Amino acid sequence: MFDDKTLSKYDLTIGIECHVQLSTVTKLFSGADNDARDKTPNSVVSPIDYALPGMLPVLNREAVNLAVRAGKALNSKIANISRFDRKHYFYPDLPKGYQTTQMYNPIIGPGLVNVPMEDGSSIEVRIHHAHMEEDAGKLTHHGAHSLVDLNRAGTPLIEIVSEPDMHSPAEAKAYASELYKLMTYAGVTLGDLYHGNMRFDVNVSIAPKGATELGKRAEVKNLNSFRSVERAAEYEFRRQVELVERGESVVQETRGWDEAKQKTSSQRSKEDAQDYRYMPDADIPPIVLSDEDIKKIQSNMPPLPSHYRESWGDLGFDSSAINTVLASREIAVLLGDIYPLAANKEAILNELNVDEPGYIDLTKKIFNWFISTPDEYINIDTVLDGTVGPRRLLELAQLVVGGKLSSTSAKQIFLALFNDSNVGKSAIEIAEEMNLIQESSEDAIVAVVDEVLADPASKQAIDDLRAGNEKVIGFLVGQVMKKSQGKANPTTAQKLIRERIKNG
Amino acid sequence: MSVIFDFLGKSARQNVLDALEKAKSNEQYHALLNLTEKRALERADSVDRGEITGQLAGVPFVVKDNFLAFGAPTTAASKILENFESPLQATAVEKLESEGAICIGKANLDAFAHGGSTENSAFGPTKNAFDMERVAGGSSGGSAVVTALDIVPFALGSDTGGSIRQPASFNGVVGVKPTYGAVSRFGVVAMASSTDVIGAFTTNVADAELIMEIITGHDERDGTTLPDFFKKADVKTNQKIGLIKDFMTSDVDPEVLARTNEYVEKLRAAGHTVEEVELPMAKYALAIYYIVVPAELSSNLARYDGIRYGYRAEGVKTLAELYGKTRDLGFVTENKRRIMIGSYVLSSGFFDAFYLKAQKARTLLINEFDKLFEKYDALIGPVVPTPAFKLGENTADPIRMYLTDIMTVPTSLAGLPALSVPAGTTDAGLPIGVQLMGPRRSDAALLALARQMETK
Repeated sequence: MFDDKTLSKYDLTIGIECHVQLSTVTKLFSGADNDARDKTPNSVVSPIDYALPGMLPVLNREAVNLAVRAGKALNSKIANISRFDRKHYFYPDLPKGYQTTQMYNPIIGPGLVNVPMEDGSSIEVRIHHAHMEEDAGKLTHHGAHSLVDLNRAGTPLIEIVSEPDMHSPAEAKAYASELYKLMTYAGVTLGDLYHGNMRFDVNVSIAPKGATELGKRAEVKNLNSFRSVERAAEYEFRRQVELVERGESVVQETRGWDEAKQKTSSQRSKEDAQDYRYMPDADIPPIVLSDEDIKKIQSNMPPLPSHYRESWGDLGFDSSAINTVLASREIAVLLGDIYPLAANKEAILNELNVDEPGYIDLTKKIFNWFISTPDEYINIDTVLDGTVGPRRLLELAQLVVGGKLSSTSAKQIFLALFNDSNVGKSAIEIAEEMNLIQESSEDAIVAVVDEVLADPASKQAIDDLRAGNEKVIGFLVGQVMKKSQGKANPTTAQKLIRERIKNG
Repeated sequence: MSVIFDFLGKSARQNVLDALEKAKSNEQYHALLNLTEKRALERADSVDRGEITGQLAGVPFVVKDNFLAFGAPTTAASKILENFESPLQATAVEKLESEGAICIGKANLDAFAHGGSTENSAFGPTKNAFDMERVAGGSSGGSAVVTALDIVPFALGSDTGGSIRQPASFNGVVGVKPTYGAVSRFGVVAMASSTDVIGAFTTNVADAELIMEIITGHDERDGTTLPDFFKKADVKTNQKIGLIKDFMTSDVDPEVLARTNEYVEKLRAAGHTVEEVELPMAKYALAIYYIVVPAELSSNLARYDGIRYGYRAEGVKTLAELYGKTRDLGFVTENKRRIMIGSYVLSSGFFDAFYLKAQKARTLLINEFDKLFEKYDALIGPVVPTPAFKLGENTADPIRMYLTDIMTVPTSLAGLPALSVPAGTTDAGLPIGVQLMGPRRSDAALLALARQMETK
């Protein structure tokens, strides 16, 4: 479409609204089960959710508590008084004919999110506010008719509205990803992106470089992955530049994202915008929270990503590596238990028979395994139930340091730890089962070395080595490793090869 | 004296049969939309077998047909809910049933309680208990008339701007509009969330106190209910009572003024002090009410869309047509008028000018009441400017109809308790009620005062 030079004539501005599904047991205003995942349509719906006449909303205090925690993660002030309002429109997935939301007095006030970027830098994104609201149901279309599923109707959400503080698709992605971490770490949401637990609406506008006024924005709705946030922003940037370069103007509108085509397309323009006739909801008393109430709810909150970033700072990993392990809260909690050691430090060092630098060395090995392993290889259930805990990982790392396992074998065993069939087995048991224990005893390796050296294929290499070409020793060690199926300790093998050739 | 006590200890089946018989012989009043005969007799038999006991064991009653209640559809006197059978019951109904009371039928009302004459019922008006050519009042007209005709000793109603007090006044019965939040609204078809209250019609004050004791109280299913506070009280002597001057103008029917003044004299004779007081904001109350209430009801009625229950229009091609035609045919004219007014005052650009301004004026009105109650135990005035008017007299002019609410809406907007108690009749024999109003949570004290006056 364009060269970077054309794009660089424009400033890109992005603001993001994010819907976060709160992980309460019941819905925002009814006692119905809040977990609609994989449930039969309309099976978790109470008379309040389907708006039977005469039904009244009863506020779920647990949802309020989670919102108050979310506010802390966003560095926001929590309102001492917040209220619910009604947003009216007719649609079959909206049983009451209005959505209960917070238009005028939201519970979460202005805040700030520090967003680490891939390159180690960071940006600050201001939070305008965040409010509580209920989700709508779901409509599916089947040719001549449509079906309504109200399982999700009434699910508690918070909508986090950022200021337009992002200026590249990468920043938008990083913000979305950081928000995900903040909300999952704060224990506010299950964070199941596949089931839409977090959904992003990305507002994109362009303006000539240096302009003080923002351009007309297009809002791309309902993105449910960080990558689609980035790609939709990128696509919109180019689309809007193309429009302006052609002499046309950007229309303020709502657009959808087509994951298959990787394109946005217009859904409705501002002219079709509805008048929502917002009004206070008199059925729900205001949420009144004293400063003490707020402090109490926010105490004993689980650690946020910033806590881990700080406490792992001295391990020497770059921020993108740390972000990789922070992507999953369960892994962060596990690694947080390993490093830094807190209360029982001496006991653990004694038990492992290492000093502090030795322990850091073990820690780094464990971090590296997680950093280099894509999420889908890690069975989070085994982390959650403690099957893969600090003890097994440290044991595995020690096998490497002690020369019992090669780094390659250790990585194989690391992956095997998450396998259900290995539950209850120690790292060494798995290593033995997989026949990966490294042979360090010279007697066992000598035979293999002799075999390799006697092989005619090795003759050239032996001659070269004798002639002083040190490089070929690697070839010979490699042959030994191959014959021993990786079990020979390469250092021992090299030593024996040198001895044989010198003596021979 | 209590009429309810006369039903206790008798055959519940006989009580119910008698009530059903009276209901049928008074069909010409059209006070009831449906009888719940089968269920009522079953419950009566359970009471007679001793399976259900309680303070109201075997006492028949009627509910306004905007209460979710078993045994017959809950129609709200509308086409849109004509065949709607509720899967659960209103808290107030449940509380009465748990004391052994037996609902024998569902009373007529203005559709969705929009009106002051019961002429807005989709199923035809209810006639006044004292004059078949006159209106029953409304919106709880049916409940007032069944009580006045002694079909049942008490009936439930709802009051958003006078819907219990005005028909009580027109039919010569006691009507109680409690403090906002005193009785759970759960299971009552909502009109205006910030002023809807649930109350009762009885033939005497003692029965009203008994019913209030049973139906009031905190309900976890209604977040706006207050903690329990109602407790039948002895009358306080030497009360200071304010007569609202703004309600005693020449616009009010002379006979209404006369009956009110006579009641004032009775209060003085009983040792209370009555002084004239001013409530200047009262003249704005109707304007405030007809902004705030339509706004809220336009929202509360949005759920009647033909999708999940109730009437759905046939032969439509688009979703917009489905909504439009369903609501056009399902609602009566007055419903649609109020939905349009409500939608208008909430529209972008008008919200501040109408709705917010009305809410601010409402706060000023509340402040005026609160200030009066620093000095006075209760306030008194007429309920309605006139006795019951003729059927059809006001139907062509909605503003004239709305004006009948002028003295009942102030307390509704302020959430205060108010009673309509019989104060005699016109020369022609039409009942006239007087209104007693008190500070929030003074319901029992107001009833005690009314009880004292009843015996004078």
